Amino acid sequence: MAKRKKFVNIPVLTHLAEESHQWPYENPLAPGHRMCPGCSIPPIVNMILLEYGKDTVTGSNTGCLEVTTGVFPYTAWTVPWIHVAFENNPAVLSGAEAAYKAFKKKGKIDKEIHFVSINGDGGTYDIGFQALSGAAERNHNMLYVCYNNEGYQNTGYQRSSATPIGAFTKTTPVGSKIVGKEEKRKDLTLIMAAHEIPYTAQANPFNYKDFTRKIRKSKDVKGFKFINVLQSCTLSWRTKPEEAFRALKLATESLYWPLYEVIEGRFWRINVKPSKPKPIEDYIAMQPRWRHVLKMPQVLDKIKEEIYTKWDYLLRMEKLSKELAEDLGFTLDEIFEMSWDEYQEKVKPKLKEKTYLS
Amino acid sequence: MAVELIKERKTVAMTGNQAIAEAMRQINYDVVAAYPISPQTELMGFFAEYLANGLVDTEFVTVESEHSAMSAVIGAAASGARAMTATAAQGLLYMYENLPIASNWRLPITMVLVNRALSAPLNIHCDHGDAMTARDSGWIQLFSENSQEAYHNLIMAVKIAEKALLPTIVNMEGYIVSHTIGNVNLLTDKEVQEFIGESDWRKNVPHPLLDTDNPVTYGATALPDYYTELKYQQHEATFEAKKYVKEVLAEFNELAGTNYDIIEPYKLEDADFAIVVMGSTAGVARTAADILREQGIKAGVLKIRLFRPFPVEEIVDALKHLKAVAVLDRHDSMNALASPLFQDLAASMYHLPEKPLLHDFIYGLGGREVTVEDMLKAFNRVINLYTGKETRNRFVEYLQVRE
Repeated sequence: MAKRKKFVNIPVLTHLAEESHQWPYENPLAPGHRMCPGCSIPPIVNMILLEYGKDTVTGSNTGCLEVTTGVFPYTAWTVPWIHVAFENNPAVLSGAEAAYKAFKKKGKIDKEIHFVSINGDGGTYDIGFQALSGAAERNHNMLYVCYNNEGYQNTGYQRSSATPIGAFTKTTPVGSKIVGKEEKRKDLTLIMAAHEIPYTAQANPFNYKDFTRKIRKSKDVKGFKFINVLQSCTLSWRTKPEEAFRALKLATESLYWPLYEVIEGRFWRINVKPSKPKPIEDYIAMQPRWRHVLKMPQVLDKIKEEIYTKWDYLLRMEKLSKELAEDLGFTLDEIFEMSWDEYQEKVKPKLKEKTYLS
Repeated sequence: MAVELIKERKTVAMTGNQAIAEAMRQINYDVVAAYPISPQTELMGFFAEYLANGLVDTEFVTVESEHSAMSAVIGAAASGARAMTATAAQGLLYMYENLPIASNWRLPITMVLVNRALSAPLNIHCDHGDAMTARDSGWIQLFSENSQEAYHNLIMAVKIAEKALLPTIVNMEGYIVSHTIGNVNLLTDKEVQEFIGESDWRKNVPHPLLDTDNPVTYGATALPDYYTELKYQQHEATFEAKKYVKEVLAEFNELAGTNYDIIEPYKLEDADFAIVVMGSTAGVARTAADILREQGIKAGVLKIRLFRPFPVEEIVDALKHLKAVAVLDRHDSMNALASPLFQDLAASMYHLPEKPLLHDFIYGLGGREVTVEDMLKAFNRVINLYTGKETRNRFVEYLQVRE
């Protein structure tokens, strides 16, 4: 038998270790990745990493971000990153965070490390929902970001439970009997807020100030954080690459994608309130995948019902939150703008006082 | 170590699950992920009590499924932690997707598999169906005959996994071992700690995720240009692993005064006929061999401790001079020539110019009791096949079925 070659003890190592490339990076998601022109994932990831910085362990489920950023022997990740499978990244990072805690309490690691899981809507709303819900319930100290492009884009655009009603996908084609997806989208942000995790938010990369503020907030908050961020897909939405961010802007201006944030399922704050919302038709018209519904009054009506009912719900939740904040002697803005430690110190005891049965 | 509990060696009557929990306490894992499934549940319950009483430093991640249990220990091990989980049957199948990933990444995870039959029909009792599904997953697999061996195997597995840089399964049979009381000689806490060495996130794996100064990418896509090379590295590692298993067993024998080997022959030197078996059935088979020897038939037994990597050379050496061998498979590999142990043995002996007659028996499915009579039946069947008194039209048959 031929002598066996000595095996190499390197599992997967693809970091571009060039001397000239060091933190702080201008683009922490290094150039050279394989994302489509006009894709809004890279700015989302860059905004996250710029806020979180070098000492961050990141990860992703299988999906667009995963296949385009780590193709052996190259990587676009300038921070540690782990991808195991389609549905389990929050569970994987649960283990990583547990490992960190184990070494931290034994004094075997000094620095503060953050954990961020960035995943698509298929891996979040559908196949990965269990792992997400589990990690949220266990309240691991990590940020979970869903870049929500409303479908399985990496496999060529099939429906997910984030796909809006009426939209064309490869599994909900526009036919003579059935026209696009028949069910409305699942509202995962509400579901995560109902987990009563420390921080839940909905964001839009178009409004980068709001988005980066939310990322910064999540870094300060201890426990599980969830941010659902709308992300345009030029390939499947068929919006022109140069118009991607204009479409995203309209999503919020038409109330299709409200920007809001929730603390512990208790305090709700809407971040952008368009004085005169744009017609939803304008937003739909920018997306060839969806614009056939403009000629379908019944579907259009269902879309409007969903959007305006949700908007009304958010307004009412915010009103209740304002009342509660005032009862405790704060304004709602004060509660959202104070640090997490301050919140624990100042707001929580009052909340307890006010709401416990005496 | 949180609290030193056992300062002098002692012998305690324990079930397999208690013994495993005791080993887990002494190992003092950094991270344990747990999801309940019979007959593993009790084991994690014992361990949780150690945790609740401050006897271990472990971060205990009580996940929402087995899939997440394996995912969490992968994340923990990639971070540099000494990580462990345990499961059985359906739980293993549910986490299966992640097993080949753990092995390709060379993560030194340990897992206790409390062997249980696969559904359907649903059955919580022992067979090796679950372990056999993992045989191609790239994990090292050890089998335990009783709670003493399960306890020792887990302590050795930690060191094996870290030396070979391959994840390791310790098989312990559901109920037959997990819930049956036997004498267990316990090592002291200090001896266990010294044997496995201190857990250091910078050393447990070559490229820990927590090393943010040297960021690594775990789980990149490898296309046709690299996939083969990345599998080949793993392939070579699995062949190297046997060497590390032997080293660790030898070191352990030195420490504990045991006489463990990757295979354990019983009266095989002069034998004509033998049973090959894994797990608790070895004891019953040895009793049957003794009975036959009293009748003048030269019978022996080969117990396999290391099932993966399959110890081809050692097994061939132990069996090549025999006339006939009864292979006992506690699993039915449907649609195959015969069941896994038989397939491996037959393939191992293929190159020999003269080889023993091999016959496969499927036995002990779903916790079916295994008696000395069953073993004598298997011996007699291969003896009769060898002498020509009986014939066969298949290589495999059920040993204990009511027809």
